[in-house]
Amino acid sequence: MKRSSMSRKDKKNLIRILIALVLFFAIFITDKAMAGGLGGVFSGPAAWVFPFLLYLVVYLIIGYDVLWRAVRNISHGQVFDENFLMCVATLGAFALAIYRGVTGEEIEGFDEACAVLLFYQVGEWFQSYATGKSRKSIASLMDIRPDYANLVKENGSVERVDPSEVKVGDTILINPGEKVPLDGVVVKGASTLDTKALTGESLPREVMEGSEIVSGSVDLTSQLEVRVEKAFYDSTVSKILELVENAADQKSKAENFITKFAKYYTPIVCGVALLLAVVPGLITTDWSTWIYRALSFLVVSCPCALVISIPLSFFAGIGAASRYGILIKGSNYLEKFNSANTFVFDKTGTLTKGNFAVAKISPAERAEEVLRLAAIAEHDSNHPIAKSIVARYGRESESGYTLTNIAGSGIAAEKEGERILCGNEKLMQQYGIAYAKETGIGTVVYVARNGEFVGSLLIADEVKPESKQVIGELNAMDCKTIMLTGDNESIAQNVANEIGLTGYKASLLPQNKVEEVEKLLAQKKQKDVVCFVGDGINDAPVLMRSDIGIAMGGVGSDAAIEASDIVLMKDDLKGISLAKRIAKKTMAIVFQNIVFSIAVKVAILILSAVGIANMWLAVFGDVGVAVIAILNAMRVNGKY
Amino acid sequence: MKKVFKLEDLDCANCAAKMERAVAKIDGVNEVNVSFMGQRMTLDADESRFEEIMEKVVKTCKKVEPDCKIIR
Repeated sequence: MKRSSMSRKDKKNLIRILIALVLFFAIFITDKAMAGGLGGVFSGPAAWVFPFLLYLVVYLIIGYDVLWRAVRNISHGQVFDENFLMCVATLGAFALAIYRGVTGEEIEGFDEACAVLLFYQVGEWFQSYATGKSRKSIASLMDIRPDYANLVKENGSVERVDPSEVKVGDTILINPGEKVPLDGVVVKGASTLDTKALTGESLPREVMEGSEIVSGSVDLTSQLEVRVEKAFYDSTVSKILELVENAADQKSKAENFITKFAKYYTPIVCGVALLLAVVPGLITTDWSTWIYRALSFLVVSCPCALVISIPLSFFAGIGAASRYGILIKGSNYLEKFNSANTFVFDKTGTLTKGNFAVAKISPAERAEEVLRLAAIAEHDSNHPIAKSIVARYGRESESGYTLTNIAGSGIAAEKEGERILCGNEKLMQQYGIAYAKETGIGTVVYVARNGEFVGSLLIADEVKPESKQVIGELNAMDCKTIMLTGDNESIAQNVANEIGLTGYKASLLPQNKVEEVEKLLAQKKQKDVVCFVGDGINDAPVLMRSDIGIAMGGVGSDAAIEASDIVLMKDDLKGISLAKRIAKKTMAIVFQNIVFSIAVKVAILILSAVGIANMWLAVFGDVGVAVIAILNAMRVNGKY
Repeated sequence: MKKVFKLEDLDCANCAAKMERAVAKIDGVNEVNVSFMGQRMTLDADESRFEEIMEKVVKTCKKVEPDCKIIR
């Protein structure tokens, strides 16, 4: 335990608890070790007063605040207040012990009253410490909030100002080691940026003039001059911080269940305690035994430990996820995501890289020649297919050719009697050229020169390297994986087979995607949860409509952050299976905590009622459960 | 109108739930959320009477959990 991670209040209380503990055990051991106990120091009918006074001192040291709060709260009409119940239980135990002393029975029970309050305070302290620590771990994670910006003024001087004072269009300086305070574009300088706090990506990012940079990353190597593109309240950092802060407000079903449970639990236990004291007391007239058992009930009646361990678990789960660049907008989404069993993926940009690239050139032995001729024909075009060919060629293509567009089929390039034809099958057929048909999946560009077929290029959207693994993991978790795409049937089928999707829908227009998701939502059973995974571009409506919308590569895309429930800051599908594992572990721990805490409480109640458990066991059980449940909750924040 | 308030010294999760229940009963409060982990209260209340409602909210919270302060 690091001392620095403790709040002042926690530290003060810890010292108080330690002093009380030492005193308590000193008195307790002396009492037990002495022949006749402390009650034997003085003889006579008032012998009980001496041990009573000693224990009373400890009781007051440890419990003065509880007593005070009990008095104050009861005057506000708060009957089932924990402080009040603890006071009734412990003062009752004192009263019983005094009663024994006065009636000349064996002097005992003062230690018990003291111990109950002492351990109650230990439990309270532990709760406070654990929640404080957990809050801090999230806060340090959110250490991306910039403190200042270096604003360049009109006269060229630089002034340190609050990031919120900087306007769009202003110029700021970012020195090495400083956080990027606002989203903007680099106008001067080149450097590397550390985006780990934002995306969980440990590889630094190179930026130069013209690069867009996002707030929250850290400049590593050299000074940058940046034109601000967004005001502070719209910047990435503000959006993310707001999201994480709000996450704790969205309550899960488990959390609502447990607070509701607590609402009825305390009055019921108190009611039963009253019955337990009165009814058997009247029948047997053995008042002190039954009142004692009823007091033990009150010790177990405080539901705080139970109530706290649930949000603590979720909080830890959300924290663990955000360390990996996965932002979950609330406990309820984490809870729901655990039962997610249908994953709908947008194809382009999500399962595939979304960039067209030359996947194959045939025949292979003439590849260089095919590429060279194609680049000549395509170098002037802005079409993504043409661009991918030029990019693959990578050099300046020969100039001087006259380019003619042959609508719907391709391009002809002519120079000094040489004629290059570059286009689809139709073009080849039109010119009566015998060509070797390319059967691969994607867009095929055929190249011919002077009426002779030279070769063909296959252009395809590349599948992301991790797609297959992630889809495999999801399938293994019994999830349906469905791809939606605007591409034609054969491309869709090919991609689906390659990465092992359980289903796909091809040839969809953007608006059809919403319809498809609506259909899935209409068909699903009560317990099913439909997730939609997209890159946030043009799919905000689908992200909103699905049970859980997951946006990928969230940095810089406000619309996606707004519309989705889970944001993968890094453009990496593996975040999905990772988030699923975190959700699963969180929910398992939540479930364990609920069952375990309630079971132990009920067991203690039954044992106390029949007289097997005494007040010692009741308080140990109660505080023990709290500590174990909290430690269990902390387990969520582990490695994944 | 929706407003978020920071809470100071909100020490027990059950008290947060109690505060939430008590505030929800106040006339004019549309929705309220007390987050124990976040130490904040999100209050959605009638805009025209917001100040008046807020007075009542503070009073109610003082009753339920006197240690907890609402930072306005």
